[in-house]
Amino acid sequence: MNAPMTPTVDKPAESAPLRTVLLQHPLLRPVGALLVLLALDALLVPGFFRLEIKDGHLYGAPVDILNRAAPLMLAALGMTLVIATRGIDISVGAVVALSGTVAAMLIGGTMVVHDGVPEYVANTPMATALAAALGVALLCGLWNGVLVAGIKLQPIVATLILMVAGRGLAQLLTDGQIVTVYYQPYFFLGSGYLLGLPFSLYVVAAVFIATMLLMKKTALGLFIQAVGINPVAARLAGLRTASLIMFVYVFCSACAGLAGLLVTSNIKSADANNAGLLLELDAILAVTLGGTSLAGGKFSLVGSMIGALIIQTLTWTIYSLGVPPEVNMVVKSLVVFVVCISQSSELRQLLKRKSA
Amino acid sequence: MVDPISPVLEVSGIHKQFPGVKALADAGLRLYPGEVHTLMGQNGAGKSTLIKVLTGVYQPDGGSILLSGRPIAPRSTQEAQALGISTVYQEVNLCPNLSVAENIFIGRYPRRFGMVDWRAMRRQAAALLQRLRIEIDVAKPLAHYPLAIQQMVAIARALHGQSRVLILDEPTSSLDEAEVQTLFGVLRRLREEGMAILFVTHFLEQTYAISDRITVMRNGEREGEYPCSELSRLALVNKMIGAPADTHEQGATAQASGEHERGEIFLRAQGIARKGVLAPVDLELHRGELLGLAGLLGSGRTEAARLLFGADKADGGAIEVEGRMAAFVNPRDAIARGIGFCSEDRKHEGAILPLSVRENLILALQARQGIWRAIPLKRQQQLATDYVKWLGIKTAGIETPIGALSGGNQQKVLLARWLATEPGLLILDEPTRGIDVRAKQDIMEYVTALCRKGMSILFISSELPEVLRVSDRMVVMRDRKACGEYRRGELDETSVLHVIAGDGA
Repeated sequence: MNAPMTPTVDKPAESAPLRTVLLQHPLLRPVGALLVLLALDALLVPGFFRLEIKDGHLYGAPVDILNRAAPLMLAALGMTLVIATRGIDISVGAVVALSGTVAAMLIGGTMVVHDGVPEYVANTPMATALAAALGVALLCGLWNGVLVAGIKLQPIVATLILMVAGRGLAQLLTDGQIVTVYYQPYFFLGSGYLLGLPFSLYVVAAVFIATMLLMKKTALGLFIQAVGINPVAARLAGLRTASLIMFVYVFCSACAGLAGLLVTSNIKSADANNAGLLLELDAILAVTLGGTSLAGGKFSLVGSMIGALIIQTLTWTIYSLGVPPEVNMVVKSLVVFVVCISQSSELRQLLKRKSA
Repeated sequence: MVDPISPVLEVSGIHKQFPGVKALADAGLRLYPGEVHTLMGQNGAGKSTLIKVLTGVYQPDGGSILLSGRPIAPRSTQEAQALGISTVYQEVNLCPNLSVAENIFIGRYPRRFGMVDWRAMRRQAAALLQRLRIEIDVAKPLAHYPLAIQQMVAIARALHGQSRVLILDEPTSSLDEAEVQTLFGVLRRLREEGMAILFVTHFLEQTYAISDRITVMRNGEREGEYPCSELSRLALVNKMIGAPADTHEQGATAQASGEHERGEIFLRAQGIARKGVLAPVDLELHRGELLGLAGLLGSGRTEAARLLFGADKADGGAIEVEGRMAAFVNPRDAIARGIGFCSEDRKHEGAILPLSVRENLILALQARQGIWRAIPLKRQQQLATDYVKWLGIKTAGIETPIGALSGGNQQKVLLARWLATEPGLLILDEPTRGIDVRAKQDIMEYVTALCRKGMSILFISSELPEVLRVSDRMVVMRDRKACGEYRRGELDETSVLHVIAGDGA
């Protein structure tokens, strides 16, 4: 590097006019895309923004979208950190299936008649079941982490193993059958309400805030970026590069495990064949839409959340407009294409050159 | 000289503005056929930007480029190359795992019946290298050959039938002396063929060894153009830094007179070795001492430093820090015992490019404190602002990405990264390579001042005069072994060269 730059002005970044700051803000595009989608919905779907309170619960399309986006948002949070280290985790969907299956099988539910009143009882105490499911997810992350940071397999290959094995294991556990849960309290996780809002949103918010704090209040965010950008330099500066990489995979799997609990709780059953199927791809997409580069380094957790919302809003819109499901994928890919293209700096430069 | 002939390339009045930075203001250059023309200037003087304008990487905001009298405005490197301007960049941009022939013809493989004509490709590649008097097996992968040969391959790749101008951007920064001579042989041959060669370097010796004329740039402008024979070294340095006549020499004497008492031993390494890399070496570093490590590239200097820092694992020997045993498995361990290491490879092992000056600067300190004890932002800003001021780092601000700084300023930030950890021992591996005279001087002055305050320094440099000037003690390495230790004043440059060359001293 020998970029010849002679600074002419000593101008701190803060003094740039607000307009330029906004226009150059990395979140401008994802937020813009989401707003355009919402505006379309407002036009095409009557009463899209109408919120009502029924039985003390808030109902309406936006709430519905948020609720359905919860598992994806969790997965995208974990994926963001993995991608920031220049990695990728394609086992997210499998971990969702596995943790959901473990929870569902352990809780299950049997009907017991107490004083003539039928009542469902969990096979295993719910806390134990949840801990076991999350524990399995953590082990999955550890496995990925060891393969990537320890054995130094390429992340896509390393996590491909678990992508196949994880779902396979879940199917083995369930004999390929759908495991139904009959234990009422478990349903609260994915379809319960707290203070009028879906409980799953609190889960997402808690994980999001915790992650944000971890990134901003500790040096973890800086370290993850440094490792993602230049692992050699990061090691020489004294970072524990292997442990950091291990951490992001464990974190990603933990998020996926939590997402698995939300999914099974929401549909009251664990379907090892379909739970979280291809969720990793949506998560990667959400991260990309949010403006985090797959080349690693700088990342945006808020961006990834918005990316997840874009995807879920899109899906919701397509369904609610009555677009035939078979067209769904094509429409989705078109929108994604447009958003990604609009983020390409190469293209922007090309256009600038043309217009100049 | 060549004045009656008209210049093949005439550049004048080039302006180029980057956001917040004026990179070129009225830059110019005249290049005649059959000359080696050196472009000199400090880091940040605009050399690289000017070259990028010539080769179509950047478009200038104003000015003209005349190639054989015709105005051109290349918009891409391909276009510049088609016009006859060939460039070899500082870092060899080749694919080490492809064969030499493939590297030369990459993107323009000769074809026959729609298939790649491998045989023709090898034949033509061999012929191209023949022109440079290089005879190697072109079917072997590029990584098989030393860097100098790779550099020649890059030149062969850049040259083609219509090439009239060859631009070499710091081609020698990673070559050793013998390799530089080979490269110069090639350049002389090309010069005889009438090629106009523009050579960018920081090495004064090399400038005088090869150049016909010199253009000096300062602050994005052409300071002047001089026949090499009419410009003394001192005058050249002065024109580059724009300072009165004798600052360079003054700095040197000030440092030379800095003989001082050394303290107790900070680090003692006994027989540290690594198979195939370094034969057992003993090193002792006292507090407040600057130990120079001299030797050719590959003599084991960097390798020894990496073992001391735990960047590589030693498979023999013992290290003691402040009298206590130390086993360094990774850099963390060494940092915890108060050692810092500024790598010679700034780009790959030092700077974390998209991150800001501040983030790069506090990284090692933060790493030592651990994840949980984050340095408060206020304190980070304070540290960054202070070091930017103390080391005279030229940057638009502490939040500027380090990649936007010139090489010398990046180096200063990396130096600050280690200084911020207040190390007991700082290992500086070629801290002044590829940076300009002024930054070199700044860095060495700062470092010797710290040394006087009790820090011990292990200083590695290929520039012998520099090592001799600043070291209290010097260890000379050759063939992966330490082959002599000398106190200040025991050796002069010639006798050290004899030791390095291994012909007795």
